[in-house]
Amino acid sequence: MSKDRDTIVAISTPLGEGAIGIVRVSGSSAIAIARRLFRDPSGRHGRELKPWGVRYGSIVDCETGEYIDEALAVVMPAPYSFTRDDVVEFSCHGGVAVLTRVLEAVIKCGARLAEPGEFTKRAFLAGRIDLSQAEAIIDVIRAKTDSARKLALANLRGELSSRVSCIRENVLMLLAHIEASIDFPDEDIEALGTRDLTQRAQKAVSDLNELVRLGRSSRVYRDGVSVVLAGRPNVGKSSLFNTLVGKKRAIVTEVPGTTRDVIDDWTTIKGVPVRVVDTAGMRKTRDPIERLGVEAANEQAGEADLVVVVIDGSCQICDEDRDILLQMTDKPGVVAVNKCDLKTELDEAGLIPYGGGKRILRVSAKTGEGVDELEQILADLAVTEITGVSENPIMANLRQLEALENAKHSMEEATHALSTSVPPDLTAIDIHEALFWLDQITGQSASDDLMEKIFSEFCIGK
Amino acid sequence: MCDYDVIVVGGGHAGCEAALAAARMGASVLLLTLGWESIADMPCNPSLGGPGKAQIIREIDALGGEMGRNIDHSYLQIRLLNTGKGPAVHSLRAQADKEAYQARMREVLKAQDNLKVEVSHVENVLIKREGQVKGVETREGERYRAPAVILATGTYLGGRVYIGNESYSSGPYGKPASIGLSEVLKRLGFRLARFKTGTSPRITRDSINVSKLKKQPGHILPFGFSFETHSTREDQVMCYLTYTTPRTHDIIKANLSLAPLYTGAIIGRGPRYCPSIETKIMEFPNRERHQVFLEPETRTGEIVYLGGLSTSLPLEIQREIVYSVPGLEDAEIARPGYAIDYDCLMPTEISPWLETKRVPGLFTAGQINGTSGYEEAASQGLMAGINAVLKLRGQEPFVLERSQAYIGVLIDDLVTKGTEEPYRMMTSRVEYRLTVRQDNADLRLTEKGFSLGLVPEERYEIFSKRRRQIEDELARLRTTIVSKDAATSNLLKEIGTSPVQSRTSLGDLLARPEVNYQSLAIIDKDRTELPEDVILVVEIELKYAGYIRKQMRQIERTRRLETRRIPTQTDYSQIHGLSREAQEKLSVVNPRSLGQAARISGVSPADIVALMAYLETGSHRRKHNSGDINEI
Ligand SMILES: Nc1nc2c(ncn2[C@@H]2O[C@H](COP(=O)(O)OP(=O)(O)OP(=O)(O)O)[C@@H](O)[C@H]2O)c(=O)[nH]1
Ligand SMILES: [Mg+2]
Repeated sequence: MSKDRDTIVAISTPLGEGAIGIVRVSGSSAIAIARRLFRDPSGRHGRELKPWGVRYGSIVDCETGEYIDEALAVVMPAPYSFTRDDVVEFSCHGGVAVLTRVLEAVIKCGARLAEPGEFTKRAFLAGRIDLSQAEAIIDVIRAKTDSARKLALANLRGELSSRVSCIRENVLMLLAHIEASIDFPDEDIEALGTRDLTQRAQKAVSDLNELVRLGRSSRVYRDGVSVVLAGRPNVGKSSLFNTLVGKKRAIVTEVPGTTRDVIDDWTTIKGVPVRVVDTAGMRKTRDPIERLGVEAANEQAGEADLVVVVIDGSCQICDEDRDILLQMTDKPGVVAVNKCDLKTELDEAGLIPYGGGKRILRVSAKTGEGVDELEQILADLAVTEITGVSENPIMANLRQLEALENAKHSMEEATHALSTSVPPDLTAIDIHEALFWLDQITGQSASDDLMEKIFSEFCIGK
Repeated sequence: MCDYDVIVVGGGHAGCEAALAAARMGASVLLLTLGWESIADMPCNPSLGGPGKAQIIREIDALGGEMGRNIDHSYLQIRLLNTGKGPAVHSLRAQADKEAYQARMREVLKAQDNLKVEVSHVENVLIKREGQVKGVETREGERYRAPAVILATGTYLGGRVYIGNESYSSGPYGKPASIGLSEVLKRLGFRLARFKTGTSPRITRDSINVSKLKKQPGHILPFGFSFETHSTREDQVMCYLTYTTPRTHDIIKANLSLAPLYTGAIIGRGPRYCPSIETKIMEFPNRERHQVFLEPETRTGEIVYLGGLSTSLPLEIQREIVYSVPGLEDAEIARPGYAIDYDCLMPTEISPWLETKRVPGLFTAGQINGTSGYEEAASQGLMAGINAVLKLRGQEPFVLERSQAYIGVLIDDLVTKGTEEPYRMMTSRVEYRLTVRQDNADLRLTEKGFSLGLVPEERYEIFSKRRRQIEDELARLRTTIVSKDAATSNLLKEIGTSPVQSRTSLGDLLARPEVNYQSLAIIDKDRTELPEDVILVVEIELKYAGYIRKQMRQIERTRRLETRRIPTQTDYSQIHGLSREAQEKLSVVNPRSLGQAARISGVSPADIVALMAYLETGSHRRKHNSGDINEI
């Protein structure tokens, strides 16, 4: 069926994410095109591109051989891709300019620019995988880091749907017991009593709770977190920024007030995608440009998920340091006492009252001392502070999370109904509602399964 | 040149309702039956109603059908089931005097204007060159012409009866099977399925040792199946219950090789909800005993039906089985149980208004459509009768939504999903159960029945009065604020509920689980005397308002899909990206709406989106679309 489909290409930049862009190619010559464009890290042609592999490498112009961007390539062969065509996805660094060049490079190799909506339509029409698996493919592509990709791939294998199926099985059984006793009132059916039913309902609620928790934490791996570097001028924020993102992006000088604007870049810290934000040193200033920078810094600090308050360890703590620390009391993060390669003048104990419970850590942007520990703390904070979960998360997107939350809510109502005098036919309404939401994740239909369950479970019939 | 407007083939429950509905709507109707003694027969359990089925009878009655009135005139015993399980599933069940039931139905048919009944064995359906139906032909070669034909042939279609090693071509009760019609349908290209059902042995009444049995008395109720009934009979007959024993189970296990079910003689699929005793014992080996219901077939007659003992073992073994059951030690088998398999149409061959898709003008109703049960059959008969007449008048078909009626669910399930076994209605098939109750069937449907011309003027007047009473009383209770005086607080204390806050209405009070309508009488001074069936609806509407709202939200959620129509001429092979399975299933079913399409098994959510996309782009210009992945 994919043979007669021509190859189309489209840019797809997930909303609100400037850092990563995707160029998708779908059609019978998608893989051939990818092999011409893609080079592995040692510069070889993309012959190695294997189905379902995720490959790191670069994209070049197939005519000039010119380097365009580094990219991850994912190959999904027909008919197992979500368009049923051969599909190749290039995840690039983003930026409209770069993405457009990649797009042009693909078109040069023979693909046609997708009509508006055409790709989306093709993508929709597969129908061979359940909803959560289809979405997992999207998550694989959207994943910014290996950890996120691993989660998404786990989901693709059915991690989320298998957990949901387990819960659904339990809920379905619960419903079968209620329904059988309603539909077959004078056949002595050995249906569970209210106590057992309530217990089962409670189990479903706690399982769903767990899944919501685990699902929420996956957002950190998929969507990433932002970390802002805050501190008074000249403490070494830009130096630390460069160390964290591994590039010389921010200008570093010994003149206080060097950084006038906000600079940010994406990096991966222990598997978590992190947007590191460098700011202008926070101080009262007359320079109008610097003042704008300071205002922006405050704003960034307010919006960021985590903060690193940078203090210069080679001098005494001052009021500006204290102000900044107090300002950041409620924001999770770390206090980094920088320049620990120099002679320490700072009295660390004096920081504690202002730290808001943040860990205090000695680092040196110059020598790299303490940076690994800083990264570990940030990664842990990203997961625990923001989501409250530390064990294996499960990849779930917003829609799925919402469905899980709704299912949980309905099961809570059902549990309440079971433990009070609400008649079973009404309790069933809540349980049906819960099943509806679970089915939104797996794409199954409860009504058929319910009949099956009733008949396999009970001896019915006169 | 036509002899009649509508010809109905078969005088069972479907045929009777079909013929009556069509005649009442003013069409000239011919009903062809194998014999007057087959009219509205109950060849299996002599009972009507129960969960799912009681609601159907109420709906038939609300639409102007006959079944409700007929059973109210002829039951031996009536009971209200599920009273402890909530308002949505209260269900009447009656033991019928099957002969009285038949006798009254015969009188109703005879008295009906525009309706002629003839005894004849139809063997052929006559088709015009252009493919529409034009009449039927009997075994004797006699031809009757009509632009609409309703087949309601029950289990007679290619029927074959099994008892032990014996098997022979037959309909129920030794009536001849209709081989010819089966062949005709095959020739017309219909896909047929083969289903099976079974029945229990009948014993003679005076051979039963009643002292060993558990009594099952009837109930005294302020209503019956029909909305016209407001009391129950005093002279109800006692029914009895007994149980199988370990000995029963041993006998069956030892003789399994003689059961046609297990020797592979029967190929038809049997209903899971109505298994033979052989099946029950083999599939649920841990059950120590199974119930056996003793159901007299008539008020005074000899025959008692053994509900729960359906079997096709040889007669000698059936005797041993019966003897092993307490109270039946000396029972005499009047008629042995048997299994019967028969042909029926794949219900996906039928439209939601019960016209076959292959032959315009040919309608089918009842067991021929793959259902089981008298009530299921009757409701389809009614709908087929209505739609045959509407078609002749060139009017839109009458189709009930799933959120409107059990009948809507029944027919939608059949024509959308088909069925793998004889289809029986159950309340758990109905997703909006709380809004389609037996107590409000008339509020849902009588208006429709009246505009179709099925509900007579005077009945409609009575209905309108009841509807007004319900609406007025609901409004009154919702707006009457309870005074916070001593009388109120004493009463509430007595009832065991918390005191009223400011501006609590009587309706608010009724929503509390501890409170009921009667208990508020003292503080509800303006109350007027109202019929019990009015109070019942009012109380349910107020008490379960929260859940009713939840259910309404569920209905609302699907409305967008249900109201999005798919053109009948849609060529699914042309819709890019539908899975092959979906293309096939959709072409077979030819759904009317996206909602119906979504219920077809094998059609995935992604297929529905594809279909939606197709419908959008077909009727509108393509909207600009960035191809953004978030749209997936
Ligand atoms: N010895 C030592 N010097 C450092 C370290 N980190 C930064 N410096 C020096 O401190 C000075 C200021 O560094 P920046 O990184 O520009 O400081 P900043 O906080 O970004 O300053 P503003 O942008 O002006 O707010 C430079 O001269 C750096 O070389 C460190 O860990 N050790
Ligand atoms: Mg700087």
